[in-house]
Formats: sequence, structure tokens, C-alpha cells
Amino acid sequence: MSAATIVSLPDQSTARIPKMNFLTKENGLLSWLLTGDHKRIATLYLISITFFFFIGGALAGLIRLELLTPQTSLMAADTYNKVFTMHGVIMVFLFLVPSVPATIGNFVIPLMVGARDLALPKINLLSWYLYIIAGFMVIYTMAAGGVDTGWTFTSPLSTHYLNTHVISTGLAIFVAGFSSIFTGLNFIVTIHKMRAPGMTWFRLPLFVWSNYAASILMVLGTPVLAITLVLVVLERTVHIGVFDPAYGGDPILFQHLFWFYSHPAVYIMILPGMGVISEVVSTFSRKRVFGYTAVAFSSVAIAVFGFFVWAHHMFIMGISNYAALVFSLLTMLVAVPSAIKIFNWAFTLYKGSITFETPMLYAFGFMGLFTIGGMTGVFLGTTGTDIHLTETYFIVAHFHFVMVGGMLMAFLSGIHFWWPKWTGRMYPEKISQFAAVVTFIGFNFTFFPQFILGTLGMPRRYAAYPPEFQALNVFSTAGATILGVGYLLPILYLTWSLKYGAVAGNNPWQATGLEWQTQSPPLTENFPVIPIMDHEAYDYEWLEKQNLARLRQEEVV
Amino acid sequence: MDHISPVLWQFLVKWLTHFALFPPEASKIAPEMDALYFFMVLVSLVGLTIVVLLIVGFSILYSKTRHPHAVQIEGSTVLEATWTIIPLGLFLIMFVWGALLYFRIYTPPANAMNIYVVGKQWMWKVEHPGGQHEINALHIPTGRPVQLTLISQDVFHSFSIPAFRVKREAIPGRYTTVWFEATTPGTYHLFCTQYCGTNHSQMIGDVVVMTPDDFKKWLEGSTSGNSLAQDGERLFASLSCSACHNTRPDARGPSLANVYNSRLTLSTGETITADDAYLRQAILNPSQHITQGYAPIMPTYQGQVSEEGVIALVEYIKNLDSDYRVQQTLNTTDLVPESPGGKAAPTGKAPAAQKEVKP
Amino acid sequence: MSKSTATANGAAAEVHHEHPPYQRHHFESVEQQADTTNFAMWLFLLTEIMFFGGLFTAYLIMRNWYYPAFVEASHQLNIGWGTANTGVLIVSSFTMAMGVWSAEMRKKGMLVLFLSLTWILGMAFLGIKSIEYHEKWEKHHVPGLHWSDASFLNPASDPEVYKEYHDKPLAPDMAEKAGMYFFLYFAMTGMHALHMIIGISLLTFMIFRARAGAYTTGHVTYVENFGLYWHFVDIIWIFLFPLLYLISRH
Repeated sequence: MSAATIVSLPDQSTARIPKMNFLTKENGLLSWLLTGDHKRIATLYLISITFFFFIGGALAGLIRLELLTPQTSLMAADTYNKVFTMHGVIMVFLFLVPSVPATIGNFVIPLMVGARDLALPKINLLSWYLYIIAGFMVIYTMAAGGVDTGWTFTSPLSTHYLNTHVISTGLAIFVAGFSSIFTGLNFIVTIHKMRAPGMTWFRLPLFVWSNYAASILMVLGTPVLAITLVLVVLERTVHIGVFDPAYGGDPILFQHLFWFYSHPAVYIMILPGMGVISEVVSTFSRKRVFGYTAVAFSSVAIAVFGFFVWAHHMFIMGISNYAALVFSLLTMLVAVPSAIKIFNWAFTLYKGSITFETPMLYAFGFMGLFTIGGMTGVFLGTTGTDIHLTETYFIVAHFHFVMVGGMLMAFLSGIHFWWPKWTGRMYPEKISQFAAVVTFIGFNFTFFPQFILGTLGMPRRYAAYPPEFQALNVFSTAGATILGVGYLLPILYLTWSLKYGAVAGNNPWQATGLEWQTQSPPLTENFPVIPIMDHEAYDYEWLEKQNLARLRQEEVV
Repeated sequence: MDHISPVLWQFLVKWLTHFALFPPEASKIAPEMDALYFFMVLVSLVGLTIVVLLIVGFSILYSKTRHPHAVQIEGSTVLEATWTIIPLGLFLIMFVWGALLYFRIYTPPANAMNIYVVGKQWMWKVEHPGGQHEINALHIPTGRPVQLTLISQDVFHSFSIPAFRVKREAIPGRYTTVWFEATTPGTYHLFCTQYCGTNHSQMIGDVVVMTPDDFKKWLEGSTSGNSLAQDGERLFASLSCSACHNTRPDARGPSLANVYNSRLTLSTGETITADDAYLRQAILNPSQHITQGYAPIMPTYQGQVSEEGVIALVEYIKNLDSDYRVQQTLNTTDLVPESPGGKAAPTGKAPAAQKEVKP
Repeated sequence: MSKSTATANGAAAEVHHEHPPYQRHHFESVEQQADTTNFAMWLFLLTEIMFFGGLFTAYLIMRNWYYPAFVEASHQLNIGWGTANTGVLIVSSFTMAMGVWSAEMRKKGMLVLFLSLTWILGMAFLGIKSIEYHEKWEKHHVPGLHWSDASFLNPASDPEVYKEYHDKPLAPDMAEKAGMYFFLYFAMTGMHALHMIIGISLLTFMIFRARAGAYTTGHVTYVENFGLYWHFVDIIWIFLFPLLYLISRH
């Protein structure tokens, strides 16, 4: 990597973390557990989400270990079924859905819009407690023996044919769902009602737009999942219900209700990550995002279209051919805004002044891997090819590319980008760049072979498989080991940086957002005085003028 | 495909399947799906290359050391239009192409040979009309369209033959169909691809494609002695269906001769086609499928007959349009205890005149 | 409420604004607080619509498939009680609206009165509901727990209902679907009742706070937003009532 960097740190011999900040304002466990400060809540979320990510990751490790051999060698088939179910449940509901919104979003959105906090701080705290309760219920489920329905809870398997802990898992996700709804509700209200004077919609950072779109999905889609889970739980307790054909119910109804949420859910997961990429690409190219309006509107378009494509998860399930046609067409429409974003980000680089700090490396990884993941989504949205590829490892590879190669990379990009603002300290650049590269390599080795496995026909959720698939599986597991290293490193060096990292100062990246114009870590009340927004988003010329004005002031003094 | 030399094409396919990037192409639709797949891979590669070139290229050209001052650019409507319309156009091409394939695969031709498949935890039961029963195997001939009528006895399963590029869910509660025409003899994988519980990964088998002659020999060698229709006829009698469904003029239920695929008017007034799904529903949920002009007195057989039983009954009813079958119907009518005041029907009556189905 | 006009990096000293005690510190003005929390409640109600929507969808589909069973099953519901409950809720929405008005007019006594009336009516609704649920239990119409098809296989065995409707006996496979109706009946009315219980609990809290004068000093947002919630729960019932009770009335 070139030695050029945009990092501008204060003089380390004299710089100190500001004594009064949101971390030091009050001490004691209760001040954290009863806080209304969005930044503290974001920190609580960050710790809990990381905890669950590593549990989910450990389960992934177990999956890949089992798949080293064609037979079930490491664990019984039942255990394997529980392992991949818990991996899916934890990763989707306890990690991906809240990851960027509840951590980075909670932390940064009030700062970005120029507010002192989110609109409803108590609801924000409640949201975290609901998340923790859901987490405990999931841990209870695991300790009590696990659940093996698959994260998709397909009925009638989940309602009548399994005697594992479906009810506790269903209720856990119900609770987690409300955690998500409250986060989304808070964001929408904040963005509508609490923008600083002068902060018009089109002066908002694109991170805000993306989270706004994701919040619409959270608020409108999650309740449907909630009621579906209630019906599943009722069916299991009462032994009669709307999803069981033996009683006149319809298992396809479950599919419709489940995917009505779970498809928008994937956009809930990816949109905030796309928001991070907008911020990072802009900052490290020193340029406003190319086609701001297009990127903003494409976020909303993804949210809106995202509600109309759910049955593309059901193409082979006996829905009418004409219904399949409609959903396939709509799926093509929803793919286009994502493509628009990728090109806009790429063109943000044009005539920019680019440096390659860690957040930017992750952002590049995102752009490449999400392109692959997104394109393979089109393979699956096309009815003809979906017949062959669905329910195989092609699907597994597709969603891991968009979620892990996409979303998780965006999350890491965002964590590194806002780390100086959050903690007041810089992370160590060299090792973090190394970790980013290791993650990228490990990821490709793990998941690219799975596309091939899927095309060959290897079904998903198989504990044992025909021997001819072994070579690719071994390759994939080897990659997973590398990927694990890539994810462990940040935990280590980020923790290290809390004590030994360089003092960051207000604006180490020389970025333009409002959050960078205040101290690091921020005050509890965010701004001493509510700022007035008098410039466009990503206005680097404004930033230069600010810096010059400050230098002149310092000279005068 | 015309301008790709057939030799080269065959070589490519052979090389690719040998290095196992694709499963073998063993059905008529497989090469067509592969063509679409290749197209998509090509488009993806081109797209990815463009994106990567842009990122890498711009990163090199405009790195900070080379280009210290960024130029603020608002955007470009022309570019936005370009990268909206071109991807959309490509996606729409894929959509149309894929839709055509999809309709082909899920619209069985009328002359397809029908085989029933019942999925249950954790095996596939394949029922040939001629009375051959297989477990976790499917024998079929080349050169003949084969339709599978699938159903599950418990949870969702999915019948997948990667070499044919077909897959279809077996759903509890109703039939689904898929068809294909095998081209190359050989043995291919059969997988269950919808997670169905503990032994989901064991629910695998073999699809054995044979030449028509070999297939005929196999049929002869594997028959259980009774065709499905004959099994159905036995069941029809043992469940006393013929108490109401017979050819007597005062029968309490409609005669089932020639009813398959005919248009029926139901008591609700709507007109439907009596296909497999309808016949199954009429056996298991009769009160919603009463033919017009008849009283809703048919009891449900839900719980009394398994899905294989229903298949046998459906197969029997489907064949009730040949003299042979009608002969047998009349025979079993003789076995039924006489209805009050009625006598056993005489034999030898032609079936057509017995049609009591209202137009 | 003065706002300093310094830009973000400005050196203006922090000014502690004068504001009423009930204004939270992250709001710039009472108006912003009221506006924001109001918007939040409307948005929350939108999520509740999506929540109930799933149940309504399931109900409408099943009703379409099993119409005869649903009609006969709905005859088991007492239109009298249902109408009474509808009346109770509508009046309670009125008393709630009057409560909001009282809060705005800063009339503490009237506010407490109207909130208490709303509370009583809410409890009346729950009381009538429990009578109805009890009756379902007695007649073995609780699917899965206490169920019998008898009333639908042979409607004449239930003289009260038969007298009014003269239903025809259903075939066994259709009679079974009456169980589907009751599953959805309990799910929908149960979910609604749960929302009522939450509302009544909040009302209890509010009555105590109202007596202490919390809502009659100009800070009415709590009462207003709760009013919205209460009206919404009422509206859900307005949809449930015809769908469940009036299915085949002419």
C-alpha cells in the first residue's frame, strides 16, 4: 500500500482524549444499564452483537469441520441440523439485522443529522433489552438441546414433526423482531423530526438515507414475521392450525407469510452496509459521492421493490407459473438499484484523490464481492435457472457473498471508520490492512467453491454428501480457517487500541459529516451547540474553508 | 449454437463435466438451461470485470500520490441512464429466456408418461403405473417425455435430479408436477433438496436411465404383479366406493367412467376440470367438491388411505375409460352388498351411455 | 427558546435553555417533542396494522376456502355480546377523546373522570369477552384443548343456535374446518384482548399520574398518544366484529 494517507492526527505528544465525553460522563454499571444516551446504547449493542457473532461463527466452524468428510463423522445428523439452524438464527437475527443499524446507526445518526439524541431514547434502551432477552432465549435454546428446523422454520416440519425447542426459538425471534422494529421506528422519527436547522433531506449523508430505507423495511416487514411466529407457536401448542394440511391448513401460506418479511429482511441487512460504503468511498476519495440523488433514491427504491418480490423464494414450490413470472420480473427490477449504487461508488473514485486505509480496503472488498453476490442473485431470480440452482450450495454461496462478503465487510469498514470517533483512538493501520486482506482471501476460498458445488447439484443442509463433492468442500473449509483468522484479528487489535492507540482528535479522516466536527469521543449531548447546516453533503470545499478559518484563528491567538 | 462447432461444443461440455463444474447433461432441457447459465456467467464475468477494472484502474490513476487534488463531480445523468438501462435490459433478457424455460419444465406435454412419486421422511417411493414400485430409485427410458406427479406424505421434500436440471417440491396436501425427457443412459444422482429433518441427507437415490428396450425388460422384471390401477381397483372395492360410484341408474354418486380430465360442474356452480388434483381432493375433502345434482353425503377418506393409496385410486379412475376397466368395474359392483331394493347391474353394458355427468 | 447560531466548530459557550420540566433534553422545544412523539405513535400504529394484517390474511384465505364451515361456526358467536362490545368500545373511544380534550383544557377533574370511564369500559369489554370465551369452553369449541365437532355435524344438538339459523349438518371433513375458524377466532380476538390489557394497564398508570396533575399543565402528549393507541385498538375491533360475527348476515 502506498504511504500516502489522509490521516491527520493531532500532535501525539500533547494530544489527550477529551476529559468530558460520553464514556466518562457518569460511571457505574447502572449509568450504563439505565442510559438514554444513544452512544452508550450503541456501545452496549456493539459488545453484545460481537458476542453473538462469535457464537454464530463457532457454529460455522463446526459446520465446515463436519463437511470435511462425506460421511457424518464429527456429529450425528440431528446435531448437524441443530448446528446449522442455530448458526442461521444467530447470524441472521442476532447479528446481521441489528449489526450496522443498532451499533453504528445508533451511534452516528443523531450526530449526522445534528441532533442531541435519537427521538425516543427510552425506546432505544428498550430495544437493547429486548435484544438481550432474545439472546438469552437463544442461549437457553442451545443449552436445552437446540432447535433443528433450519432458520426458515418451514412448516409443517416446524409445527408438527419436530420435538426440539421450536417454541422458545420462535418466541426469541419474536422478541428480537420487536427490538428491530423499535430501532427502525426511532430512526424514522429522528430523521423526519430532529434534523438540525438547514439540514434538508438532500443534505443528509447517504448513510442516513440507507438507514432510513432499511428502517421502513424493519417497521413494515418485521410485524408480519412476528405474527407468523405467533401462529407457529400456537400451532405447536394447540396442535391445530392454519399451516398444517392434515387439518385443512396450507403450508404454502406459511411460506408466503414468512418470506413476506424475510425477503425485505435481506434488504434490512444490506442497506445500512451500503450506507457505510457511501461514507467510506467518499471520504477516502476526497470527493462527494457520484450521483448523490441516484444513490439516495436507489436506497428507497430497493426498500419499496423489496416488498414485492418475496415469492422468488418459492419458485419450485408449486405456485402458479404466472405468479412465478410476476415475481421474477419484479426481482429483476429490484436488482437494478443495487447495480446503480455499485457504479456510482466506482465513479466516485474517478478524479478523486484515493488512499487505501483499512475502511477503504473493506469497501473495495464489498464492491467486488457484492457484485458477484448480486449477479448470482439474478441467476436465482430467473425462474428457469432457479429450478436447477435453488436449494443447493449455490444459494448458500449467493447469500454468503452478499451477507458476509457484502454486509460483514461493510460492518467492519464502518467499525474501523468510526472507531476514532467512538473511542477517541486510532486502530493500528498496518495490522488492520493485513486483516482486511486475509479476510478477503479467506472469504473467496471459503465461498467461491460453493457456487461450483451448487451448480453440480450438492444440496444445502446436508450433513453427508456424495464423495465426489469432497475436494471442493475441503477447499472451502480451508478457506474458512483463513477467514476465521481474519475475523479474530480485529477483536485483538481493536481492544489493544483502546489503551495504546494514537489519539485521534476530532477529524482524523478529514471527513465532512457533522459527526466529525465535534470531539472524539463525543460529548453526551453530542454538540455544545446545535449546528446549523449551511452546506451540501460531502462538501470538501467547505471543509477546507473550515480548516483554513481555524488555522487563521490559531495564528491570531 | 449453430456457429459453435459441434465438436468444440462437445469437447467443452465433456471437459467441463470431467472437471466437474457442471453435472452431466442427461435430459433434453439440460443443454438449454446450461446455455442460459453460460450466458449469465458471461454477463456476470463482464460485469465483474468492468467493476474491477473501474475500481483498480481509478485507484491507480487517481491515488493520492498521483492525483493529490480531487475534482468534485456532481454526477452524470447520461451515465446513470446507461448503467440503469443496460443492466435492466440484460436482466430482462434473462428473465424472458428463463421464463420460457420455466414454463417448459413445469408444463408437461399431454403425451408424457406419468410416474407417481411419494416423498416421506426419509425416502422416495416411486410408483410406476404398471405396478413397479421403487424406493429411492427411478428407472426411466430415454427418448420419452416422463412426467412426475409428486406429493409428500408428511413435510416438504424436494425431488432433484441435477443431471436433468429439474427439481420440484413435494408438498403435503397437493400434487405438483414436473417433466423431462432423458437423453443419455446412465445412473444419475437423485437428491432431496428441501430440509426435512434428521435424515434429510440420506434421502438420496439413483435415477437410472435406460434405452427403451432395456426399460421394457426392466418393467417386466420388476412388476409387483398388479398395475397401480389394479391396486386402485382393489382399494375401490375394499373402501366400498362402489356402493355409490357405480353404473347403476339410481347410484348415489356420479359414475367415474371417463371422468378424468372431463369438465365437471360442481354444486357451487363453478366448472372445473377433473384432473389428478381434483380427484385427490374429491377423495380427501369431498364436501367441497360435490358434483352438481348429487347430495353431499360422501364421507372423507382422510386418514383412512395413504398417499400411495390415493395415487392408486386416482390411477384407477384415470383408466376407467377402457372397456377392460369398465368390465372390472362391473365385476366389483357385483361384489357390493345390494342396495335396498336394487339389483346387481347386468354385465356387458357399454360405458358411454352411463355418463351421468351434467354438462 | 433561544438557539445559538454558531456553526459546529464555533466557540460559543453552552447556553442552558429555559424549558418546562417535562421537556426532554434532546429536544429543542416542546413543540418538537410533541410533534416527534406523535409521529412516532402513528408509525407504531402502522406496524400494528402490519401485525394484525397477517392474521387477517390467514382468516380471509381460510374463509374463502371453507365458507360453509366458517358460516356455521360464526353462528356460534353471540351477536348480542358482540354488538355490546362494539358499543362499549365506541363509547370508550368517545370518553378517551373527551379525556384528551380535558387534558388540553387543563381540567384535571374531568380528565380523571374520563380516563376512569374509559378504564371501566375497557374492563367491561374484557368482562364480556371472558363471558364469551367461557361459553366457548363450555360448548367444546376451543380447538386443540377442548374441542368437539358435534355442533357442526349435528346442528340440531345445539337448540339455541339451531333455533335461529337452522344450519344444515356438515360433512365430517368440513365440520373439522370449524376448528380452523375457532383457531383464528381465538388468535385474533386474543391478540386484540392482549392489546386491550396493555392499554388498560397503561390507563391505570395514567389515572394515577393524572390525579397528580401530570397532564394538565400543558404537557398533553402522553394522553394524546395513548388516545391514538386506544382508538386504534377500537378500530381493529371494528374490523374483527363484522368479519367474525356478521359473516353471513343479510
